[in-house]
Amino acid sequence: MERTASTALAIRLDGLTKKFGSGTDAAAVAGIDLEIRDGEFFSLLGPSGSGKTTTLRMIAGFERPTAGRIYLHGDDVTDLPPFDRDVNTVFQDYALFPHMSVAENVGYGLEVRKVGASERATRVKEALRMVRLEGYDARRPAQLSGGQRQRVALARALVNRPRVLLLDEPLGALDLKLREEMQIELKAIQGEVGITFIYVTHDQQEALTMSDRLAVFNRGRIEQIGTPAEVYEHPKTSFVAGFVGSSNLVAGEAARALFGTPGRFAIRPEKIRLGEPTDKVGADEGSVLGRIKTVVYLGADTRYIISLDIGGELTVTQQNLKESSMEAHSAEGRAVRLTWRRVHVLTLAEDPQVAPA
Amino acid sequence: MMRRITGWFNQHPRATLRALLAGPLGWISIVYLGSLFILLMHAFWSKDSFTGKVEPFNWTLDAFAQILSNPVYFTIAARTIGIAALVTITAAAIALPVAYYMARIASPRKRALLLVAVTMPLWASYLVKIYAWRTILQTNGLLGWAISPFGLEGPGLTEIANSWLVLTYLWLPYMILPVYAGLERIPNSLLEASADLGGRGWITFRRVIFPQLIPALAAGSIFTFSLSIGDYIVPDLVSDAKFIGNVIYDNSALGSFPVAAAFSFVPILVMIGYLLVARRLGAFESL
Ligand SMILES: Nc1ncnc2c1ncn2[C@@H]1O[C@H](COP(=O)(O)OP(=O)(O)O)[C@@H](O)[C@H]1O
Ligand SMILES: [Mg+2]
Repeated sequence: MERTASTALAIRLDGLTKKFGSGTDAAAVAGIDLEIRDGEFFSLLGPSGSGKTTTLRMIAGFERPTAGRIYLHGDDVTDLPPFDRDVNTVFQDYALFPHMSVAENVGYGLEVRKVGASERATRVKEALRMVRLEGYDARRPAQLSGGQRQRVALARALVNRPRVLLLDEPLGALDLKLREEMQIELKAIQGEVGITFIYVTHDQQEALTMSDRLAVFNRGRIEQIGTPAEVYEHPKTSFVAGFVGSSNLVAGEAARALFGTPGRFAIRPEKIRLGEPTDKVGADEGSVLGRIKTVVYLGADTRYIISLDIGGELTVTQQNLKESSMEAHSAEGRAVRLTWRRVHVLTLAEDPQVAPA
Repeated sequence: MMRRITGWFNQHPRATLRALLAGPLGWISIVYLGSLFILLMHAFWSKDSFTGKVEPFNWTLDAFAQILSNPVYFTIAARTIGIAALVTITAAAIALPVAYYMARIASPRKRALLLVAVTMPLWASYLVKIYAWRTILQTNGLLGWAISPFGLEGPGLTEIANSWLVLTYLWLPYMILPVYAGLERIPNSLLEASADLGGRGWITFRRVIFPQLIPALAAGSIFTFSLSIGDYIVPDLVSDAKFIGNVIYDNSALGSFPVAAAFSFVPILVMIGYLLVARRLGAFESL
């Protein structure tokens, strides 16, 4: 399939809402609007329980929306059953058929769609090659490792050449090393096949590395949509600032003392420089004095928690360019000056609905 | 001393298990298998044709020859096995949709009600249920009364189909329960995966649900098949077509213990064969 640079929409969600149980319960998905372009790697990022899976399941057709519409390439599919939608899903628990071999699992979608046996065999082979599982055709899912099952699930979905692929935390059950390998592989596969990927994850690192764009979910709503850089560098709400990467959130009187104006602000720990109290402060910089309260050695970085002389605390991370863990820890109690460039102070929208993370 | 013993058992967990199981296992092997062995030995003993008395340890194959030379025995064995197979198939055909409804469609409340409804007949006496069916099936019984407006009359108590019907009724719960449990064990995501890949309801049932229910069906069929093969009261009370059990009963009542014992080999061998097949289908993992 050719990857077209078109701006055609793959998915449009229009006021999508889902309520489980009685009317008084909070909505799992509370009226979201979202447009996902054709060929995009789009992530739904948010903490557990924020409605990502429910949204994905409504797109797949497993769950009926309470309100709102779902458009797939312009067609309203809200009332279609899953088997009539041109999307496929990679399930979090893989959902491989235990009584079928790897090849039968992968060929299932082609078989039920009455693709002839010889074409089926070719496409199954090709899909298994793509996920680097050649020669595993005859195995049962029970005879595979977690990572291999994950690949089978991916091949089983991709072999049907859907226009949209839905992935619900597909790497959630893998250990870190394998996870990182699979992230790269998934991204490469997506580039190769050019299918729109909608990727659910609660791991902000994963969402930032893999996505073309992402939507940050919180309590059934979308807080921000944008590219990884936009969301990371310009979080619009305190929730996003706290959830995507870590942030020092500053509001009220503390904000006036630190930044000169009241309001809601965030500043990333890695954007703050830790220096001697006598250090010079540039014209475009802000600064404050404090004392190192706690040192957390993280290997590549060290995290310092600083109690400010004017009250309150800020977290600062510094790369361990020269320091050993010994040296880092010996800094506890020292007086320091914190300095930052004013452009790195992020102004957040007032959002009374959303508690800071 | 007590301490030393408990200490020893603590270090030898398998010995503890053996000591605990010795009682019940010993009871089963001596009382149950022992008596079965003595019973089957009768098949190889001769019978004095004049006094009609069994002569223990006087070995002969006369009883088997007698069974093999008389085609009636063959007919009865074939009939019993055939009805047992029919009962099993019918029970499976009824159990699948009922269990599916219970496990996948019914609300939790309805599911609980249905589970009670399925198990409740098991609390009632076997004989009471058979006599209830007699009152339904007899010529001027409940069924006859219900169909009399159409000019039909009740089937009476001679039809062989009555045995099929009543045995299916009796053993149906033993099929529904394992199939229900088997359905409960299939994760919902497998059904969603099938639908996601384009499988409509019927395809999903045939390709995803049914193959995974084979162990449960095999487990249920062990009950329906073996209980039907061994039954002799139902065929006696609702029809006049004898089963293996009736022949064994009649022969022992007449004192022909060797023939009765020899004929007992038929259901035992059939069941051993059946259990071997069922084990291959995974029935024992799903019990
Ligand atoms: N089948 C369901 N029945 C009732 N509540 C549900 C169901 N599925 C999800 N929920 C609720 O909806 C909310 C969102 O869940 P989910 O979409 O799974 O979140 P996420 O995938 O972001 O962790 C949660 O509060 C969850 O408890
Ligand atoms: Mg989820």
